[in-house]
Amino acid sequence: MIGALARMPSTLRTFGSSQVSNLVGLLIVAGALVLTLQHVLQHSASFFFQILIIGIADGTIYGLIALGYTMVYGIIELINFAHGDVFTLGGYFSLALFPIFGIAEGKPGFGYVIPLLIVAAITMLLCGVVNVAIERVAYRPLRHAPRLAPLITAIGMSSILEGAMYLWRGPFSLHYPDLLPLTRFNIGPVNIGVKDLIVIAFAVILVVAFTLFINLSKLGKAMRATAQDRDAAQLMGIDIDRTISATFFIGAALAGAGGITWGLYISSVDPFLGFITGLIAFTAAVFGGIGNIPGAALGGLLIGLIRAFSDSYFDSSWTEVLIFGILIATLVFRPTGLLGMRVPEK
Amino acid sequence: MKGLRAFVRENSRNPNAIAYTVMAIGALAFPGIVQFANGGNGDFLVSLAADGGVYVLLAIGLNVVVGFAGLLDLGYAAFFAIGSYTYGMLASAQLISSPIHHAVHIPFWIALLIGMFVAAGAGALLGAPTLRLRGDYLAIVTLGFGEIVPRFFRNMRDWTSGVNGISALDVPTLPFWLTGPWASTQLAIEHNFRFVSFNPTAWYVLIVILIAISVIGVNNLYRSRLGRAWMAVREDETAAAAMGVNTVNTKLLAFAIGASFSGFAGAFYGAKLSLVSPDSFGFIVSITILSMVVLGGMGNIPGAMIGALLLYSVLYYFLPAAPAQAAALAHSLGMDWLNQSSPNGWPGISEFIHRLQFIMFGLILVGIMLLRPQGLLPSRLRAQELKRGVHDESAVVTA
Repeated sequence: MIGALARMPSTLRTFGSSQVSNLVGLLIVAGALVLTLQHVLQHSASFFFQILIIGIADGTIYGLIALGYTMVYGIIELINFAHGDVFTLGGYFSLALFPIFGIAEGKPGFGYVIPLLIVAAITMLLCGVVNVAIERVAYRPLRHAPRLAPLITAIGMSSILEGAMYLWRGPFSLHYPDLLPLTRFNIGPVNIGVKDLIVIAFAVILVVAFTLFINLSKLGKAMRATAQDRDAAQLMGIDIDRTISATFFIGAALAGAGGITWGLYISSVDPFLGFITGLIAFTAAVFGGIGNIPGAALGGLLIGLIRAFSDSYFDSSWTEVLIFGILIATLVFRPTGLLGMRVPEK
Repeated sequence: MKGLRAFVRENSRNPNAIAYTVMAIGALAFPGIVQFANGGNGDFLVSLAADGGVYVLLAIGLNVVVGFAGLLDLGYAAFFAIGSYTYGMLASAQLISSPIHHAVHIPFWIALLIGMFVAAGAGALLGAPTLRLRGDYLAIVTLGFGEIVPRFFRNMRDWTSGVNGISALDVPTLPFWLTGPWASTQLAIEHNFRFVSFNPTAWYVLIVILIAISVIGVNNLYRSRLGRAWMAVREDETAAAAMGVNTVNTKLLAFAIGASFSGFAGAFYGAKLSLVSPDSFGFIVSITILSMVVLGGMGNIPGAMIGALLLYSVLYYFLPAAPAQAAALAHSLGMDWLNQSSPNGWPGISEFIHRLQFIMFGLILVGIMLLRPQGLLPSRLRAQELKRGVHDESAVVTA
């Protein structure tokens, strides 16, 4: 019976035709928008703007993390599961660095700007070094092994990082000091916190700086070349190992910055934060088009908005189901993501 | 007698035959040995072994998907959850509080088959729209599916009791059962036998029989036309399609058949534990099963089974026992100060070892991959492919 089934001509192939899937995708998106609009109209405008701002702030942080996923995937086709934990590590490193630079809760002021930036720089550096070390130990020796091997070491590394943070500060959620001013002001119906603005500005500056770096610098060019065709890049005299290390370093530095921003915005970090945050950021990278840098930033922003709106207008227990549903739907209906270009399946 | 001798001579250099023989003898002797070694108090270990059998079944099933057909599945625990919840809803008082207001009590033996078909259906359902995806994209979809399914069950509070899960599941019953010294009782036939939690030997026997049936079934599939089609798709999908293999149905069947074993395993797991909760089917479970298959040797059935047994015993026996043993060791060495928690952050050695478990798990995964990426007992066919890059006809025949 099974043999007969295997020989049966398939009608399923037609399911994959692009017009049908584009139409279905559009219908789903339109339906979701109508449903959201209906819910939005039931609440006040100021509530809407509040959620919008939370969504944008969360979204820019997801974008920061998603950049690391998308870069690493673009260059070595590996889902770096440890990336989410490098993000958490950013929170932990900065927490440990605050006392050294005399930063404590309760007396925020402009005097903190310089020390905070120094802490951020050191944290980004440390996260970068950790990620480069992970690549050296766990991914580089397996570059020519079957695809499954580095994927499993990535999961192993994620577990090791989580375990290390668990061992370091215990299993509980840690309080992250409130260092940003809590002042809020109104523009018409919109109530904005200075904290929201700082978080958004910080993340946007990093994303823009990073995009410029990739597009304009020599190393950025080397990264793009390596992502396109590793062998050809090598023939052109690009040091592949160095370029990959640099990719891991920069991705982790952005994730570390994301960790600090998350801590400042949400005010708590725990050892296992990186797992679910990482998966959501990864979804953002896929949503925007994996391997595509503006796509990751856009995907992060959209996922942040979807998350904020789903949490407050619908039922928060279904938010993650929705987000992973988007992950599946993206890959089924538009595997290249919103902005992705056609990538050859290797 | 001569037949046996010839059989031994033929197979003495075949690692798979040796592995099967050792596992079969080990499985038969295990309850007797642990009861004897623990003076009749080995029930705990027999029960643990029966739970380990669930993972062996899961590894056999995932091996079909990942090892045979080469489809990377990062959400296999989803099918396990579907199997468990199917049994939980069909064999308990749970559905009284659901919108249909009637308890359903289907006998275990029938529910086992239903669980199998429901899980297989879910596998086909997931497989159908995702079949045109290859490699990593498929892995990501299965990962998303694996994250969605437990949350779905948790959120369907009317049907599944949400976070509390479904409890007080029916146990299997049989008209008669043979009991004896292996369960530390007199040799006797029990009538109207019920599988109860204080008789782990019965559960153990049940899971061993389920595994044996599965192994025979999967071995036959592997040698069938379908098994060869799976391998062809795994090695080169385009070439397989050109040779007339219907790749869509082949992959769909790999997903469905692979998932059906977790339906089996899920029903047994729910019945034995008498509890199905959404927390038991997280990403970590999918990863553990995948690691078992990879550790044992992808594409090789006894390899996957050995991987499952080894990793299960490390994760569920040695690691949980380690904190108490470390504390006892510190005590016997006269270093009791290690056992005291101190205000500067030292939590005491047993808590310290307990907190080390995530690092241990990670080190095991990384270590296996770096030291032996082909697994402990690799498929001979795949080993040759990896070595030479091509496979010749004789390799196909001997595998």
